[in-house]
Amino acid sequence: MKRLLLALVANGLIGGAVFWFLTAPQKLDESMFAAIDGHEPDLGNGETLFWAGGCASCHAAPKVSGDAKKVLSGGLVLTTEFGDFAVPNISPSREHGLGNWSFEDFSNAMKKGVSPEGRHYYPAFPYASYAHMTIEDLSDLFAFLKQLPVSEEADKPSDIAFPFNVRRGLGLWKKLYLNDKSVISDAALGDDEQLLRGRYLVEGPGHCGECHTPRSLAGGMQRSNWLQGAPSPEGEGRIPGITNGPDNLESWSESDIAYMLETGFTPDFDSVGSSMADVAANYAFVPASDREAIAAYLKIIQP
Amino acid sequence: MPSKKIFLSLSAVLVAASVAYAQDPISDRQKAMKMVGGAAKSASEMIKGEKPFDAAAALAAFQTMNDVSKDFVSYFPEGSETGGDTTASPKIWEDRAGFEAAVAKFETDTAEAIAAAPADLDAFKATFGKVAANCGVCHKAYRISKN
Repeated sequence: MKRLLLALVANGLIGGAVFWFLTAPQKLDESMFAAIDGHEPDLGNGETLFWAGGCASCHAAPKVSGDAKKVLSGGLVLTTEFGDFAVPNISPSREHGLGNWSFEDFSNAMKKGVSPEGRHYYPAFPYASYAHMTIEDLSDLFAFLKQLPVSEEADKPSDIAFPFNVRRGLGLWKKLYLNDKSVISDAALGDDEQLLRGRYLVEGPGHCGECHTPRSLAGGMQRSNWLQGAPSPEGEGRIPGITNGPDNLESWSESDIAYMLETGFTPDFDSVGSSMADVAANYAFVPASDREAIAAYLKIIQP
Repeated sequence: MPSKKIFLSLSAVLVAASVAYAQDPISDRQKAMKMVGGAAKSASEMIKGEKPFDAAAALAAFQTMNDVSKDFVSYFPEGSETGGDTTASPKIWEDRAGFEAAVAKFETDTAEAIAAAPADLDAFKATFGKVAANCGVCHKAYRISKN
């Protein structure tokens, strides 16, 4: 009996140690930052990435429009099956936002889902997509965010259900779902500049797959069902598939897709709803060539 | 008087039909939105340069939208929350005041667009942009995604 108990305790300790080891938050390798030695941040590109990445859709105060979308006070609550996630302030406030962050802090948040204090972020923050972004683009985006208006709004607490409230467990999730390997291979795209740009925008900053790709039980994007459509992460309704399949975008031309991204109008002049309305409002500020690149990429995705 | 009888029974059929029609608000609002979509299409064709700018057609598009906006909230009575292929969000009934304010803004913006009567393509682009912004704002809050 005593031996059994000892064995159990030992198992528990070993299990705990293994869990602790496997789930440790990992930061970017320092060598990553060599790429931006001498890089002068480009605020114009930073703004393009700000709109393409949809930062304001979650981080601006709920229901604002116009210039108020550049005040990233947080405050929206994302209601999901894993719990309620309160979106944080990422304005340049030193107390409540990212005013005191270094570029390394920002990059680790965006590409590794790790906070400056070294804790895991929940993947409601779509870092599994942002992980595809280049360090130069992150540098431009960070410079753009740093010069936006300050908000002194304090973060609301999130309300997350067990076992998902054990943050450390996200280390395992990241082992399964966080990497910067492209979903659609280089071979599938040839050397086509436009398709490569489209892939970068869709798989990276645009984070299209986060809603349009079904998730596994553990909440990771199923790359084998890339962009096939999925239940809405916020409960109501269903997110449509955006592959080139018959019930998806097959009947849309590339210019139809680009026009929808610019105006929100579908080919039969319906106007897209729910969170896609924000996406279209944001992509109106992205260069036409980028909207066209996304359209070209989506047209080669097979159902 | 067989012709009178026929007339009366025909009227009865028509009344019954119109009552049935009025009792299908989901279909009514979808038809209304399709009319707005048709107007947006005609506007966009001019903006995209697929058709030449026509001041009368521009005005007609705004007029259609304004006409629809006037009765629009009546197509969302209590009890029509679900059914058919509706993509109406429950928020329409949970936040009735917000929904009605959004429709009222659409009515105001389309009325202003009619009053502005844009005379050239650039003026039309600006006016239509203001009107079309209503589509996304209202659909974001009060419509769910479903396919």
